[in-house]
Amino acid sequence: MSKISIPLGPQHPGLKEPINFGLVLEGEQIDKATVNLGYNHRGVEKAAEERTYIQDIYLIERVCGICSHSHVTCYITCVEEIAKAEIPERAKAIRVLVGELERIHSHLLWLGIAAYEIGFDTLFMYVWRDREHVLDCLELVGGNRVHYSINTLGGVRRDITPEIKAELLKRIDILEARTKYYTTLATEETTVLARTQNVGVLPKDLGIRLGACGPTARASGIARDVRKDEPYLIYDKLDFKLITADTCDVFGRVVVRVLETVESCRIIRQVLNYLPEGPISIKVPWKIPEGEAVNRYEAPRGEDIHYVKGNGTDKPERVKVRAPTLANYHAVPHMLEGGWLADVPLVIAAIDPCMSCSDRALVTDRAAARSAVWSWEEMRRNGIEFYKRRGVDFSKVTLK
Amino acid sequence: MKKKIPGRALGEAVRQLFKKPATSAYPFEKAKLQPKFRGRIAFEQEKCIGCKMCVRVCPAKAIEIVLSADQPAAPAPVEGQAPAPAKKKFDCVIHLDRCVYCAQCVEVCPKKALASTDDFELAQLDRKALRRHYK
Ligand code: SF4
Ligand code: SF4
Repeated sequence: MSKISIPLGPQHPGLKEPINFGLVLEGEQIDKATVNLGYNHRGVEKAAEERTYIQDIYLIERVCGICSHSHVTCYITCVEEIAKAEIPERAKAIRVLVGELERIHSHLLWLGIAAYEIGFDTLFMYVWRDREHVLDCLELVGGNRVHYSINTLGGVRRDITPEIKAELLKRIDILEARTKYYTTLATEETTVLARTQNVGVLPKDLGIRLGACGPTARASGIARDVRKDEPYLIYDKLDFKLITADTCDVFGRVVVRVLETVESCRIIRQVLNYLPEGPISIKVPWKIPEGEAVNRYEAPRGEDIHYVKGNGTDKPERVKVRAPTLANYHAVPHMLEGGWLADVPLVIAAIDPCMSCSDRALVTDRAAARSAVWSWEEMRRNGIEFYKRRGVDFSKVTLK
Repeated sequence: MKKKIPGRALGEAVRQLFKKPATSAYPFEKAKLQPKFRGRIAFEQEKCIGCKMCVRVCPAKAIEIVLSADQPAAPAPVEGQAPAPAKKKFDCVIHLDRCVYCAQCVEVCPKKALASTDDFELAQLDRKALRRHYK
């Protein structure tokens, strides 16, 4: 049979994220797959250099809409490390609390999307209905459903009062019961099994070689979790299980995520009962001394890495974000190859991708064998030139 | 291998038929907000001293503090004392389209002149209305 190649994305009804996959098909089976990134570069890192550390909290939060707390916590830990500020224990506990609420919110969101990609809309609706509980919890703690903005330099901005604690405990009980129901549903329902078993297989050795992380790696039997490997905040004081699966397919990824959600409920209960008395933040000067720090954080999608370099002013010299999706991209072509076209959206969704988190720019000139980092102005100028060539009218824009 | 059960969600689906809908009838019904919601920023002119800390911390360059058009007159000079300068008055301009509702300005204001409100219905048909000038 002759082979045909088709592009999938960056805009495609079966794909919600701006990314492009080149698929070579033999009939309905995928012979070869390649991945192309770079459709949603926003220049967040560059913008971070132009803002103060405090302003960057809210900028970095917007690297991702779902793991907003993960990115900020990772970034702010770096800043506090450079400033040599030891934050109070209560602040650490609240950061963990919000982090785990966020994990529940992200995993339930993913379960809904996976159900939708399977074509099981009933499950999608129920999961998202119950997800409202955790969004309400986050609004209660932070003041907003998505960008909770709980972190500040030297601690957290809002405290957990006894009323909030009681409400959270009540909601967590509901969430735990519901998640347990979804666990049985997802592992026993024939439709789910038929669509997920032996689909998008990533063998363990390949996963290690390609550097997969988070639930994608854990579903391939790779027991990696920053919370266990290098405990940060108060994770060393908490009792929770590292969930893995050995089926290496989409089914494994479903199982890992639902069981992790149950673990998160347990963690939240422990944190609420532990919550030490004391202040929730300390004062950190706006000017951060010279120095650099790199930190890891287990975001819902995997290992998130931030690097911050301070130069003695109130603005960072460099901020570098490595979002977990970037580590998981490389595995996707391998998961797709040999599979069926109809499974493509599900396999891609199974790594829980977040494209705009991951797009960063570095200019590499192969001919001249040089790579360079552009300044903000250069980037802006190049962007404008690019769109002018495509016929976009800039006559009403004032160009500096 | 686990057992396979077709139609596992059927019982749940039937039960839902007799339950209240989970959705609310917004906009006919008011949306329920949690107590510490961060909405539109409100400004109290009497308290503001014009220190512009809020402008410095705003990540979105959404807030401006400007001198009011009409300034109060200097207090009448008291005999035997140096003439006191007039207390300046400031206006606050907030660009609702740029504001990300982080409430960092509220937190940093030394005089508590700014506050988060419950107002979140801020969409406008006229773009100019997004520039709120508090006098
Ligand atoms: S921080 Fe408060 S007192 Fe200072 S200018 Fe802003 S609103 Fe006025
Ligand atoms: S809420 Fe945040 S974005 Fe809005 S004006 Fe205040 S500091 Fe700026």
